[in-house]
Amino acid sequence: MFITKKEERILNGEEGEARRLSMKLLVAIGDAYEAKRMIRVRSAQISGVSYKTIGEPGLDFLKEFSSRGALATVRAMLNPAGMDLTRWRELGVPEEFAQKQLEIMRCFRNMKIQPTCTCVPYSAEGASLRGQHVAWAESSAVVFANSVLGAYTNREGGPTALASAILGKSPLYGMHLDEQRTPTRLVKVRCELGSELDYGLLGYWIGEGVGSHIPRISGLQEAPSYDELKALSASMAVSGSIPMFSMKKRADMSEGHEAIDVDREELLRTHRALSSEREFEHVCLGCPHLSLKELRLVARLVSGRKAMKKLWCFTSRHLRDIAEQRGYVGTIEQAGGKVVCDTCMVVSPMREMGVNGIVTNSCKAAHYLRSLNRVESHLVSLEECARYALA
Amino acid sequence: MHSLRLRMDGRGVVDGFGAGEAIVSRQAMSFFGGVNPRSGIVIENGHELEGRSISGKVLVFPRGKGSTVGSYVIYGLRKYGAAPVAIVNTETEPIIIGGCVLADIPLVDRLDRNPIEMIQSGDWVEVEGNIGRIWVTKKRRLLTQQSEQ
Repeated sequence: MFITKKEERILNGEEGEARRLSMKLLVAIGDAYEAKRMIRVRSAQISGVSYKTIGEPGLDFLKEFSSRGALATVRAMLNPAGMDLTRWRELGVPEEFAQKQLEIMRCFRNMKIQPTCTCVPYSAEGASLRGQHVAWAESSAVVFANSVLGAYTNREGGPTALASAILGKSPLYGMHLDEQRTPTRLVKVRCELGSELDYGLLGYWIGEGVGSHIPRISGLQEAPSYDELKALSASMAVSGSIPMFSMKKRADMSEGHEAIDVDREELLRTHRALSSEREFEHVCLGCPHLSLKELRLVARLVSGRKAMKKLWCFTSRHLRDIAEQRGYVGTIEQAGGKVVCDTCMVVSPMREMGVNGIVTNSCKAAHYLRSLNRVESHLVSLEECARYALA
Repeated sequence: MHSLRLRMDGRGVVDGFGAGEAIVSRQAMSFFGGVNPRSGIVIENGHELEGRSISGKVLVFPRGKGSTVGSYVIYGLRKYGAAPVAIVNTETEPIIIGGCVLADIPLVDRLDRNPIEMIQSGDWVEVEGNIGRIWVTKKRRLLTQQSEQ
């Protein structure tokens, strides 16, 4: 790829070791993808924040990297951490884990990266992201940003998003180019979708079926809601390496594309593969993080009642603050639930917190909890989750 | 004696040299949640390599998938001494590239023949990341050579 004189100086280490390593990484990616050059990005969103996911080596890397003078030069945000950064004791997070997590947070703070700790970074964006280039790493947010918000981002890795935060740049390839954003698979939905869980199952099925292609989804009876699109984006990114989807009515398909059909039977099969039909004591919502609308719905469903099971609702600190002002947090916590922020069920140390199975509406959580924590999930819709918690 | 050594040319994505026994997956791989960074054992439920170790091997698979935290898991495999010695992909992607740059693992893709079909688990594979070339010595031949020594 073409690199400017300034970029070359960075690559030669003239602006320090952290910037050199960042540039080396982005140039390797750019060369592999035949990028013409670097472009400026408006923001970077970095994954690999929880001690549970990155562990000791991740922490070692961040300590070393931050100590070599790494500093963010654009708006830089974080994925969820391994615990609520203020209420972790109350939730039974082990002391040792908490100290490691706080150490990770210090590394990011030293690099001038904002501790947003959310998988829905778009929920705090004031201005529209349409047409904006960003470098985000959270896979569900990448699909959502490209497909719903009209932003341009590749599926970054934790390290590449960190490198983009430091340099304010990303190699110009893939999803940053209009011609790469044409759907190459047609998915025809042959059944009605009733809840965000159905959209999650559809996404999971699509991810398994189309791999890294861009699907155009047709045949939906109704336009999906923001939260349904969020569930669709999340599960699609888990079972496949899909960077975006399209729902445009007017076909803008590539020539010779394949078409695949999905019906209720396929979704039921996906459900059976992901869901354990057992009873569990913990109900976990918020993968991806709950929106204000979802927090309001949970509050309405549990208002004036008492939860008989543990009910944990995960969201960002930003949204929790707003939900608190609107009374949703008070309602949920009076019913015995907890509105937890900075973290989620996938990246917190669930087993160490005494959880061996959960009831949830998230296909992404079901997928990762099983493979990562040997924690089983019973999958039902958000409304059924809330009812289950009360029964 | 004459040994059957197959050459395949492709693209060097991350430089360096690595040689070892191949472990081949026909399925895409997720490192986050799919591989234990301490042991190098594949833990993804139902994956064809589930329960097998990729540590010290030349890992051959079509492409990466899943969460982008996978790059740190590859870095972790190196930190804990459980990393593959090289990676060969059909067509690689940023999760794998990022991990290989940080972990200093040679990475080659876009070979002139399909590595998933040409290489079998147990074959001896040498990977030249700088020039994007690999050499494959078939397993049976290698065993014969070893027994002759």
